[in-house]
Amino acid sequence: MTYEQKNLRVVGTRPIRHDGPDKVTGRANYASDFTLPGMLWGRVLRSPHAHAKVLSINTDKARALPGVKAVITGADLPLPPPGVTQAGESAINTQHLAKNLLARDKVLYDGHPVAAVAAISEAVAREALGLIEIEYEVLPHVIDVDEAMKADAPLLHDDLFTEGVEPRPETPSNIAKRIVVSKGDIEKGFAEADIVIERTYTTKAVHQGYIEPQGCVANYAEDGQAMVWCSSQGQFVIRDLCITMLGMEASSLKVIPAEIGGGFGGKTTVYLEPLALMLSKASGRPVKMTMSRGEVLRATGPHSGSSMTARIGAMKDGTITSAEVVIKFQAGAFPGSPVGAAVMFCSAPYDIPNLSITGYDVVVNIAKVHAYRAPGAPNGAFAFETVLDELAHELKMDPIDFRAKNSAVEGSKSPYGPTYGPLGGIECLSSAKNHPHYKANLGPNQGRGVASGFWINIGGQSAATVVVNRDGTISLVEGCPDIGGSRASLAMMCAEVLGIAAEKVRPSIVDTTAIAFNDVTGGSRVTFATGMAVVQATEDAVRQMRERAAKMWDIEVDQVGWRDGAAQEMNGNRSLTISQIAQKAAKTGGQIMGHASINAAGAGPSLTTHLCDLEVDRETGKITILRYTAFQDAGKAVHPSYVEGQMQGGVVQGIGWALNEEYIHDENGRLENAGFLDYRMPVASDLPMIDAVIIEVPNPNHPFGVRGVGEAPIVPPLAAIANAIYDATGVRMRDLPFSPPKVLAALEAAEKTKANG
Amino acid sequence: MQYQSPASIDEAVAALASIGGARVLAGGTDLLVQLRSGAASPAAVIDIKNIAGLRTISETADGFRIGAAVSGAEITDHEALVRAWPGVTEAAGLIGSTQVQGRASLGGNVCNASPAADTTPALIAARAIAEIVGPGGKRSIPVEQIATGPGKTSLASGEIVVSFLLPKRPASSADAYLRLIPRTEMDIAVAGAAVSLTLAEDGTIADARVGIGAVAPTPLVLDASFLVGTTLDEAVLAKLAEAAGAAARPIDDKRGTIDYRRKVVGVLAKRAALIAYERAKGAR
Repeated sequence: MTYEQKNLRVVGTRPIRHDGPDKVTGRANYASDFTLPGMLWGRVLRSPHAHAKVLSINTDKARALPGVKAVITGADLPLPPPGVTQAGESAINTQHLAKNLLARDKVLYDGHPVAAVAAISEAVAREALGLIEIEYEVLPHVIDVDEAMKADAPLLHDDLFTEGVEPRPETPSNIAKRIVVSKGDIEKGFAEADIVIERTYTTKAVHQGYIEPQGCVANYAEDGQAMVWCSSQGQFVIRDLCITMLGMEASSLKVIPAEIGGGFGGKTTVYLEPLALMLSKASGRPVKMTMSRGEVLRATGPHSGSSMTARIGAMKDGTITSAEVVIKFQAGAFPGSPVGAAVMFCSAPYDIPNLSITGYDVVVNIAKVHAYRAPGAPNGAFAFETVLDELAHELKMDPIDFRAKNSAVEGSKSPYGPTYGPLGGIECLSSAKNHPHYKANLGPNQGRGVASGFWINIGGQSAATVVVNRDGTISLVEGCPDIGGSRASLAMMCAEVLGIAAEKVRPSIVDTTAIAFNDVTGGSRVTFATGMAVVQATEDAVRQMRERAAKMWDIEVDQVGWRDGAAQEMNGNRSLTISQIAQKAAKTGGQIMGHASINAAGAGPSLTTHLCDLEVDRETGKITILRYTAFQDAGKAVHPSYVEGQMQGGVVQGIGWALNEEYIHDENGRLENAGFLDYRMPVASDLPMIDAVIIEVPNPNHPFGVRGVGEAPIVPPLAAIANAIYDATGVRMRDLPFSPPKVLAALEAAEKTKANG
Repeated sequence: MQYQSPASIDEAVAALASIGGARVLAGGTDLLVQLRSGAASPAAVIDIKNIAGLRTISETADGFRIGAAVSGAEITDHEALVRAWPGVTEAAGLIGSTQVQGRASLGGNVCNASPAADTTPALIAARAIAEIVGPGGKRSIPVEQIATGPGKTSLASGEIVVSFLLPKRPASSADAYLRLIPRTEMDIAVAGAAVSLTLAEDGTIADARVGIGAVAPTPLVLDASFLVGTTLDEAVLAKLAEAAGAAARPIDDKRGTIDYRRKVVGVLAKRAALIAYERAKGAR
């Protein structure tokens, strides 16, 4: 399907979201709201060690405790055949997943599950966990990515040999993979440069921070048929991972999507569901499992900490001639960090002739990392966009002009291969430069930072069914959990095609038996890809309604048009509304239902530029964000409020990551801040209103021009804030987070350097 | 676990003395968190919220009496108390969030004995007296004598803090409390400082008292006698900051370093002194 400019009546407006009233009144049902008769409570016993051999597990005492109905360990979960399941931005190795769900001979991080129990109450389940006897042999651990790459680092897996290196190494290491993106000749490029700047950066592991902890209810019946209620970013990937783990058939497991209280990429895999199914199968009873916040932080997510070096050269006129970047990512306990995205996208807003970007995927003793909003891109942008700021400063160029001079445009070749179609990068930069924010005055100890970002966005498999009801309302059936307002945007696109109000379309997100397979809600793909399926399904319904109208009028279907929610006779004045057609459906061929199931291609990348003003308290090191404006190309904002909401949410998560969020481990590798008190996400009073400026450069591959919008806004804040700190204080900070003690130490070190002259 | 809700102080003391390991429940914002996390599993919880007098603030000829179970929100809503003790009341208004302040009590904040309790430095600076009832009768002690270490108090078995007395204020008196948290709310002090001042007719400081928090196993009284007779010029403020840093005995932990806490407690003491001074000038 291609973009076509048309007069729009629904798309681009701001109706009340269909799921809004349920959410604000508390009626919406989240994962832990489900209860079944006879239900048991499941709980997980987790490793207290960052790295240890499991010498023995004895569950006898736990099994003997009255009220305990089932106990499982790694021995009860045979390794599935080797394979990979695609889950949006993550590729999940099935054998690694099994070892992550329940450890076998080794535990690899603080929080790694070793056993699970189901009992008649949570209290009994907790007591039972305390009766499981495990003998560990504690091993040296490694968490820092640079340390983990050293030859003498403690080895997590003795069968891990670095991929992407020729010849294949003969000794195992913690380096799972090396990825290189390159073009041109970087040394020739650096030789052409008048100025070359090279800097090193580090970031700590951070968590997605969804408010709803993982939870599920599983019911495994005697005939092998099972159901799971859970909150996720994709009921189909939950089903596929569960059936792979348990050796079930796809038709034997129905996964029912609950409302989701935040995911940000983290809910595209399983932690509890297979365990709950195993416990239900073993006990013959439904089993409910929920995680505490501590379990969420220790054993789910997080996103990779990283170590990066960026070297960029430019000529006096501001032309960037060459860039070399090395990016090392923590993968957690098993391979598979999103370092590839950092490699491909850190320079993607720019057209640079000579590039060499290398990424390393490194296993360390923390939970296996999982996708987090634009996975990997914020790290890469932190390094790249701060070096650009230093170059602009040295060249005495405006940082926006410097970026514009080097911007990729339609026809530029992307660093990761394809040639770009229409791109909104220049539009974002010029909108930022002309915005009142960019010209506003700053006070003492205040500074302004600029940074840009890129996210590729994806398409993928989506299905939709449009059911025409007798009263003219529409039931829109879809399979992608709504994490950002997609019910509203999908219903609006359906309403636009039909020519009716968005309120007349009621969207439902259904279980795995009620619609064809859908990829996860991830990659900012739903409004683009599922939206395209919805448009096609709606067009299918319109075609059927025109046929019925033709039958009712006894004319040829090509004599019937469609306008304003009604079939229109082209050479006459007759018209039939949706309900008039639907009420006669039984007599004209049966009920009317449009359907589409597609694999959408042609997602359009989203570019974005951010402006951040902040103030630094020079005596305490505390940073206050004063003003923040995000400019982003949405392609077309179907529901502008939710596009703005996505932009604001991404910015806020980026601010939290920049200022205070970090995984802190003690000397034994235990997570010290496994709670929201000391894992400091921002609270509302920490932030100014985030201003969102939507730019619309239509994506030619979508009927309404939609690009994805959810991920790009988390990409620039780390660099925008670092650049603003420099503007306020003259100090360059390169190690996240910029928490008050670190900022004060950096300011004092700079004073000392200055005093020593 | 038993739950009891006595109607009188005597009943509460009797219950507390007779059940080993019983804990007092007021707002519950610390205790319930400990129960849920498994950090505490007492045999009984004695809820003191329904005892007459423990939920009231009264003004007497000697000053203000604040019941131990009075919540932060009730304190910050009390206009006369806020006027007389802007520092104590702003400390109560910093605990947790708006929702937490609806429950968190003054007595709970002090008796939880967190080194970082926000109200304790302010109460110390205010020379607040805690009134205690136990099996042996009544006694009164200065607030700084309650906490003896993190989570530990000088209260004997069966004893309950029932109220706090804030002395009558001379004219030209005011206090202030500041803390450093990385966020703006929903957080715990990395360092805190409270300053209470009374000014003489000529604008010099006639009386001064400083309490600091989160920089030692308990909140501390700082010897601030050098402030008396001054008008808080730069040199005096620098000396105050230095004295606060020197008195601190902080630790390195996930919330801050020793060096950072020493510096910041000094900055906060200095800034709180300036605020209290301005407020006192306006309270003539």
